[in-house]
Amino acid sequence: MTVDGGAALSVHGLGKRFGDRVAFEDLSFEIAPGEVFGFLGPNGAGKTTTVRALGTLIAPTSGSATVAGIPLAPENGVEIRRRIAIMPETPGLYLRLSVAENLECFADLYEVADPKERIDRALRAVNLTERSDDPCGALSKGLRQRVALARALLSDPEVLFLDEPTSGLDPVATRDVHELIAGLGRSGVTIFLTTHRLEEAERLCDRVAILNTTLRTIGRPQELRDQLFAKTLAIRTLAALREPAQIFADLPAVDGWHQDGPGTYILAVSDPAVAAPVVTRALVATGADVLSIGESHHSLEDVYLELVDESEKTNRGST
Amino acid sequence: MSRTRVIGILRKELRDFRRNRYILVTMSIIPLVFLIQPLISVLSLPPAAAVPLSHRHELLYMLGIPVLVPSVVAASSVVTERQQGTLEPVLTTPIRREELLLAKALAPLLPAIVVSYAVYGIFVAVIELFAHPGVAPALLQGPEVLAQVLFTPLLALWSIWVGIAISTRVSDVRAAQQLSVLGSLPLIAVTSLIAFDVIHPTLGLALALGAGLIVIDRLGWRVVSAMFDRERLITSTR
Repeated sequence: MTVDGGAALSVHGLGKRFGDRVAFEDLSFEIAPGEVFGFLGPNGAGKTTTVRALGTLIAPTSGSATVAGIPLAPENGVEIRRRIAIMPETPGLYLRLSVAENLECFADLYEVADPKERIDRALRAVNLTERSDDPCGALSKGLRQRVALARALLSDPEVLFLDEPTSGLDPVATRDVHELIAGLGRSGVTIFLTTHRLEEAERLCDRVAILNTTLRTIGRPQELRDQLFAKTLAIRTLAALREPAQIFADLPAVDGWHQDGPGTYILAVSDPAVAAPVVTRALVATGADVLSIGESHHSLEDVYLELVDESEKTNRGST
Repeated sequence: MSRTRVIGILRKELRDFRRNRYILVTMSIIPLVFLIQPLISVLSLPPAAAVPLSHRHELLYMLGIPVLVPSVVAASSVVTERQQGTLEPVLTTPIRREELLLAKALAPLLPAIVVSYAVYGIFVAVIELFAHPGVAPALLQGPEVLAQVLFTPLLALWSIWVGIAISTRVSDVRAAQQLSVLGSLPLIAVTSLIAFDVIHPTLGLALALGAGLIVIDRLGWRVVSAMFDRERLITSTR
């Protein structure tokens, strides 16, 4: 919970320029306490710079924000950093030091009470208790990422920023990190997750925002799909229909249709649950052999590609 | 100022030094250069050399050890962390830049003082035991021993602030180390000129130099803190 009981993160018109180059601009969003928020975007979209700005590492050039209930301002830097933790894209561990020694250093930096107990707890959370005496230089990339996550958990942060936490990890290590993040989300930690792995965002996040220098959209993955794509039914029949236009045009539940290959039809509908039985009955009545009928699912990837493509076109058009 | 945070970084740095062969070699070789050749010279001096020696201050050249030993280590302190990606996680914690830099300065200062005193102690012990009669008392004059003890930490700290200042501004470790050694040369020059009696050491000069170094060391902390720009160090854009 934040100091004022309000949003864990509140951002209004935030922007950052490096000279003439815009890193990101006009960002506005709010994140509720306990929410897992995905921040998606292609490379160079401004995700890491946003995290750094919200984490008081760099100063925004416009707008305002409240982080863990504290206004984002240079004089509040120490207080904000006390309440948050950032796990950068690269773990940044001291490789000659052991896992426990790395964590001891950061426990001191956060001035945590009873550091030994906190370190043990953090190591248990990432399943690394057995490796606490190993030098970090001897750990695999995936294990280093887990140490970095343990380090971020030491201070019991109100808001945890994870910057591309699975970047460069193999599938097994990625799955482990996903499970850890999901566990943190369930335990009520507010998580700000930047990623360009869409399945990661879809799996872990309550809401996502898509950024490409400016915010393209924000919402629950399902809401974004609904906003962007018409609901559709995909129908497969054993053979191509003889008069598909006649069948589908007469059905009030169907708003439009097109053929997507021999015996495959995509129908635009307002309500798939109402349309599916009506369409099935109509097809059977014409003697068609229906192989399958079901709602088409657009992935978050479809949403992402649609929005990023659109923004790329807009950018090209404006230059 | 949080003592816990300063000690946290200091302890980490000292642990890292102990396991860093490069730093151990650097901290061992420079003092050996200062120790071996002069020892051979002094041990070969005849008893008759004692009288002219008593009017000279050659042992003060050993003040070059606290200038050179920590400068190379200090010069790599920030730039290495930046290159290895360990600086950003530290800067995301509540640590203030003054605390971080104080810890970064204390880390090379402590071994530099220990090494300087140890080398001086070894030198004194060897000439007391093995030099010809009269040579040791001629070399080991009270004011010089006192100057060695008092000026060692002051010179080391000055050299460290120069090294850290350079380390916050450059992006290459070797360049930082070379510039830092260059930055230490004026101090080496002053101690050498005094050791070889070009500048005649007096109590007044010692007090003035001591007071000047205390002020400079104090200012060094403030100046280097002001030069430490989180944003530039993280993004390299300013």
